[in-house]
Amino acid sequence: MSSLEILRFAVRALLANRLRSLLTMLGIIIGITAVIILTALGNGASQYISNQITGLGASSVTVAARAPSGTAGAAAGASSRPLTSADATALADPQGAPDVAYVAPVVQSSATVTSGANSETDTVIGSTPEYFPSSNSTVASGRAYTQAEVDDGRPVAVLGSTVASDVFGAGVDPVGRTVLINDSPFQVVGVLQSKGQGGGFSNADSNVLAPISTVQSTLTGYGNLNQIDVGARSSAVQTAAESEIYSILDRRHNITDPNDRDYQLISSAQIAQVLNSTLSTLSLLLAGIAGISLLVGGIGITNIMLVSVTERTREIGIRKALGAPPSAILAQFLIESVILSALAGLIGVGIGIALTWIPLPGGFRAIIVPTAVVIAVVVSIGIGVFFGGYPARRASRLRPIEALRRE
Amino acid sequence: MVPAAVLPAAAVVPAAAPGDDEHPAMTRTIPRRPDEADVPVLDVRAMSKVYGEGDTAVHALREVNLVVRRGEYVAVVGQSGSGKSTLLNILGCLDAPTSGRYLLDGLDVADLDEQQQSVLRNRQIGFIFQSFNLIPRTTAFANVELPMVYAGVSRRDRRQRTEAALDLVGLAGRSDHRPNQLSGGQQQRVAVARALVTSPALLLADEPTGNLDTESTADVLNLFDGLHSTGRTIVLITHDDEVAERADRVVVVSDGRLSERNGVRS
Repeated sequence: MSSLEILRFAVRALLANRLRSLLTMLGIIIGITAVIILTALGNGASQYISNQITGLGASSVTVAARAPSGTAGAAAGASSRPLTSADATALADPQGAPDVAYVAPVVQSSATVTSGANSETDTVIGSTPEYFPSSNSTVASGRAYTQAEVDDGRPVAVLGSTVASDVFGAGVDPVGRTVLINDSPFQVVGVLQSKGQGGGFSNADSNVLAPISTVQSTLTGYGNLNQIDVGARSSAVQTAAESEIYSILDRRHNITDPNDRDYQLISSAQIAQVLNSTLSTLSLLLAGIAGISLLVGGIGITNIMLVSVTERTREIGIRKALGAPPSAILAQFLIESVILSALAGLIGVGIGIALTWIPLPGGFRAIIVPTAVVIAVVVSIGIGVFFGGYPARRASRLRPIEALRRE
Repeated sequence: MVPAAVLPAAAVVPAAAPGDDEHPAMTRTIPRRPDEADVPVLDVRAMSKVYGEGDTAVHALREVNLVVRRGEYVAVVGQSGSGKSTLLNILGCLDAPTSGRYLLDGLDVADLDEQQQSVLRNRQIGFIFQSFNLIPRTTAFANVELPMVYAGVSRRDRRQRTEAALDLVGLAGRSDHRPNQLSGGQQQRVAVARALVTSPALLLADEPTGNLDTESTADVLNLFDGLHSTGRTIVLITHDDEVAERADRVVVVSDGRLSERNGVRS
């Protein structure tokens, strides 16, 4: 008999038992869909967060004030000191900190930015030119402000891309024009490249960058610094630079207990490390859940295939009594398994891919992992074919009378 | 290996089938070997069948001998448990004997591998069961067609021969019905059509009328009479004397041994 006839038998048998066929397929569909979606979610989250980290800036260290922790710190709360310009100057001393390349003191304030009738509230960040590389900010048009402008306290500003388009209107180049920041006129010398959603935890596109001296004179006053960005000479000496910062600031802040500092160092490498370890835990968790879904799906397929073949042992007996060779019986059941598994695999992949198009809250997307799709499909179909084929093979080798006696 | 000459591919429908003269299948003749008449269809020599081992062993058949010649109509009778079903299952190559020889059309079945046995079952034997054994959820047409599919008969020939066989058993109008839409008698007639559609040398029937009412029993037995009159070899199990009376020859199975009952048709 031809393979076409066997194919016809297989299709006829599948159609004759629609419910059973559907149930078998359901196991495969759920398994494959779950694996695709869960791995895509893990992958999407991972890419989203690593984008965020790249937006933080390269090998710089941020020094920020914090309340001392622990009982000693709580008791000595009054002795906690904010960061000052004098701290920044001390860190820039090449004797005490030979591995520090630059120091960028940072002050920031919320201010109203106005041009003509347009006005909005943005964060104004005052610093030195080193702040640009340190914060991973790139100038898209115009230029950054210079050290000379910082020294002279010139009223110049570099606008974030959102600020530029909101205040001056989209498509207008604001370079050379004047904005009012809390009623003080600033000349716009540049516009920053957009960092988009991945550009940091606060939206860097709605910041205005200006020389620290100007911001202090017009907005914040000459008080404390919000943070100090410190750049190491190279990433190789980053650790050395960090310990120099600790020793200088510990001395200046009278810190005796390293666990009780009134400031902290945050490096992007540190953040990346923490986030990466969190991410790999998350990915592992999702992969685990996906694996379990595949396992459960596989057990479902196994069950229904075993039941389906066992239930049809009598039919196999009849076919054998009518002269079906063992190979034809085996081929029919194998083809049934392959059709079911492949069809269900296709549907599962389709549903899985369709579901990853659903937009998710928080601005990240599920990104399909092709390897996971292939593994899921291969495993599910493999299970379907093996557990459909194995009992069929056993049944095809029974003596017809033994197969016929099964009820 | 089954020689091609003993596998008649045509002549599904017996020539005496009423109202069937126009079917093309009938105009063909069964090719025969010159010496074929001398070879018994069934030749069973000192055949035993034992189930189980040791103390719990059950001797279903004890060294039985049986020769059935071409064209004979043999009824096998005996009480339940006497071993008559075991005998028929072995004759139909559905089961294997524990010892002894079984020649089907001159071929020793024990020499054949499983593939060859399936060919033998397909071409040489038509088996009719007490419980019909139609494939569920499958139309009468597909059920009758099935053995020819395994035999590799072309689709057009299958259609012709299936229709002819269903016509012969009086179910031409029911070819689209599924087994659960047919009465017991109709299901058994579908089974008979399926058994004879490959024009096998031998028809084996295990209590074919056991599950049927009187009217259906008469239908099925009349079919057998018709087949017999066209020269078909039939071996049938029954516990019903009226059924046995229609046969040429009655073999009694008792306690795993065979004996002839003479003078049934004197």
